[in-house]
Amino acid sequence: MAAEVSSFKMLLTLGLAGMISGGVLVGIYEATAPRIERNRAEALERAIYEVLPGAVSKEAWVADGDGLKRPEVEPKPGADAVYAGYDADGNRLGFAIPAAGAGFQDTIALIYGIDPARRRIVGMRVLESRETPGLGDKIIKDDHFVAEFDDLAVDPEIVALPKGTTTGEHEIDAISGATISSVAICNILNESNSRWLGRLPTGEQ
Amino acid sequence: MATQAEAYDELVKGLWKENPVFVQLLGLCPALAVTNSAINAIAMSAATTFVLVGSSILVSSVRNLIPKQVRITTFIIVIATFVTVADFTLMALLPDVHKELGAFIALIVANCLILGRQEAFASRNTVGKAFADAAGMSIGFSVALIMLGSIREILGSGSLLGVSLFGPNFEPWVIMILPPGGFLTLGLLLALFAWWGKRKRRAEAGGAA
Repeated sequence: MAAEVSSFKMLLTLGLAGMISGGVLVGIYEATAPRIERNRAEALERAIYEVLPGAVSKEAWVADGDGLKRPEVEPKPGADAVYAGYDADGNRLGFAIPAAGAGFQDTIALIYGIDPARRRIVGMRVLESRETPGLGDKIIKDDHFVAEFDDLAVDPEIVALPKGTTTGEHEIDAISGATISSVAICNILNESNSRWLGRLPTGEQ
Repeated sequence: MATQAEAYDELVKGLWKENPVFVQLLGLCPALAVTNSAINAIAMSAATTFVLVGSSILVSSVRNLIPKQVRITTFIIVIATFVTVADFTLMALLPDVHKELGAFIALIVANCLILGRQEAFASRNTVGKAFADAAGMSIGFSVALIMLGSIREILGSGSLLGVSLFGPNFEPWVIMILPPGGFLTLGLLLALFAWWGKRKRRAEAGGAA
C-alpha cells in the first residue's frame, strides 16, 4: 500500500481538477453557443419556408389574451410562438405553427403552415420523432403521406382513415402499418388548431 | 522512455488480439445503440477516439501527481470534460449527426472502455505508450462499430452511407436497424471471430506437432 496521503492533498487534487474542468467547459460553451443558436434558428427558418410555400420572410407572433401580439424580443426556437410568412410583395400567406404531442414511442414535434382565411393546412414537416424505423418513420419519409398536408381542410377536424376510404377534404390516408403514428399527427394538428386558429387574423392587419 | 517497437506493440494489440468490442466485450452500449447506419457509427467512433486519446494523454502525463485514493474520481472528471467538449463541438458543427446520436454522445462518459484504459494502462505508463495504447484501442473500436454499422445499414436500409445499393425493388430487413438487429449482428460477428481464432490456433498447434 502506498504511503498515507493527507486529506489536504486529495482535496487539492480534486479541487484543481474540478476548477480546470469548469474553466474548459465555460470556454467551450462560450465558443460554441452562438453557432448552436444559429443552427437552431436556421433549421426553424428552413422549416417555416417549407410549410408556407412562396414565403420569403417571416415574423414571430406570440399569444396575447384571445389574440396575438408582436413580441418585444425575437422569441428563440422552441418558444411558444407562431410565425407569419410573407411573400416577396409583403402579402401574408399564412402562419407556420410549431406543435408537439404524443406519438407511438416518444413525442413528435412538427411544424405546419396554415392559411386561416381558407381554413386549410398548406404544408407539414415532422421535426423530431422516434417512431419505428421502416413503419412509423414514414410520417417523414413517405412522400404521399407528407403531400396529404399540402392542401387539407381543417374543419370539422382532421382524421386519418385507411387508404381508399377517404372521401372528404379533411381526411388523409393513414400509413398502413403505422396507424398510430398517422393518427398522432392528426391529433397534434387538431389540438394545435383548437388553440391557435381562433387567434389568427384572417384579413390584413 | 518507450521504444518504437514497444509503442508499436501497444498500438497493434487493440486492433485484433485485444479488440475492445470483439475480444474484451467493452463499450457494447454504443456498439449496439448507434450502429443502425454507417454514418452514425463513424461519428460515434470519432467522438470516442477523441475522448479516449485525449483522456489517456492527460491522465498519463499527470499520473504521478494524483493520489491513489482519488484517482478514479479524477479520471472521471477528465473524461467527462472531454465528452462535453465533443458534445458541444458536434452540436455546433454537425447538428444533424448530433440529433441522430442524441444522448449517446453524453453517455460516452459511461463507456467502460475509456475508464478501463485509464485505470489499466494510462495511469501506469508513459505518455508515448499511453497514446499508442489509446490510439490502437480507438482504431479497434472504430473498426468494430463501422463493421456493425455497415452490415446493419446494408441489410436494414439497402444503402451504405445513405447511397442506395440495390434499387427500389429491395425489401429492407427492417429488423436489422431495430435493436434486435444489433444483437443479431454482434452475436454473429463474435461467433465468426471466435471460430476463426480457434481454427487459427488449431492450425498453429497442428503445424508445431
